[in-house]
Amino acid sequence: MTEIIVVTSGKGGVGKTTTSASLAVGLAKRGKKVAVIDFDVGLRNLDLIMGCERRVVYDFVNVIQGECTLKQALIKDKRIDSLHVLAASQTRDKDALSKEGVERVLNELTEDGFDYVICDSPAGIEKGASLAMYFADRAIVVVNPEVSSVRDSDRILGLLASKTRRAEQGGGGVEQHLLLTRYNPERVANGDMMGIADVKDILGIEVLGVIPESPGVLTASNAGVPVILDEGSDAGQAYADAVARLCGEDRPMRFIDATKKGFLARIFGS
Amino acid sequence: MGLFDLFRSRPKNTASVAAERLRIIVMQERAANGRPDYLPMLRRELLEVIRKYVNVDPDAIDIHVTHEGEGEVLELTVALPEKHVAPPAPATGET
Repeated sequence: MTEIIVVTSGKGGVGKTTTSASLAVGLAKRGKKVAVIDFDVGLRNLDLIMGCERRVVYDFVNVIQGECTLKQALIKDKRIDSLHVLAASQTRDKDALSKEGVERVLNELTEDGFDYVICDSPAGIEKGASLAMYFADRAIVVVNPEVSSVRDSDRILGLLASKTRRAEQGGGGVEQHLLLTRYNPERVANGDMMGIADVKDILGIEVLGVIPESPGVLTASNAGVPVILDEGSDAGQAYADAVARLCGEDRPMRFIDATKKGFLARIFGS
Repeated sequence: MGLFDLFRSRPKNTASVAAERLRIIVMQERAANGRPDYLPMLRRELLEVIRKYVNVDPDAIDIHVTHEGEGEVLELTVALPEKHVAPPAPATGET
């Protein structure tokens, strides 16, 4: 059975595309057949983060409008055989997506035996974002421990609970998870940043993973290599843990405690 | 944090301020989300009608929709001013 997962947030710049890319790679590395779709029509970026920007010939809108087949538009990842990318159109506007068109593509991916389809949502709550979440079985809400991101996430959780196929059909609704990104344990320890418990308590849903603020995220995007493939980086390892939890494994949270400073560092600052 | 920071008076822990502000706004917005969207207009028009007779404050009207069993109850509270204040003169009076 195909599971459709939307990666969404409301607010921009919190790490949706970084998360979509790493989840897709992580699931594919576990042998699952995965497609990751960029819903941000007009502002595509997933191709850059995945490092396949020069191989985009056809895109999601071309498929929806019948200008090519799905097979022609799916870009096969060079690192992992079972991973496929469907880029967003860079030139059309967001009205080029339609509910029927999106449903047709998702049905075809289901028939082709994909295990997971990751829908990388655009920011905002307009058409692209609402279509990205509409058919989802699960939602990963990416949130930074910061006031505007948390408030927007709550809005998105409200939409997931009302404006999705599962919500309309009744019987369970979309399974929701939080993924905290850009988490800075030192600032949390100093009382300058909300902690995991605060965010979880305010939004009232369970936390799938915590990704620490890490220089590895920028270096990975510079190179077009999803950060989960950088096994030396804390962010990469935290994403691998989140993928394991998504697959039902029990993993303790890592990288959430401030590193203890030595006595001298505390006296003289660092 | 160095030695001298210890003597500087630190403002209130900003993370807890953020969490508190969010708890309040998120709660308000969740409550507003479930409400029918005609409520603000209903409130405005009711206020206009009431003000023809009693000079009430703009925030004197409180509207709530509560769920009771199967049905919904529209609850309307109007706080009247303590002293009876004459309503404003009608714009078009009789001559």
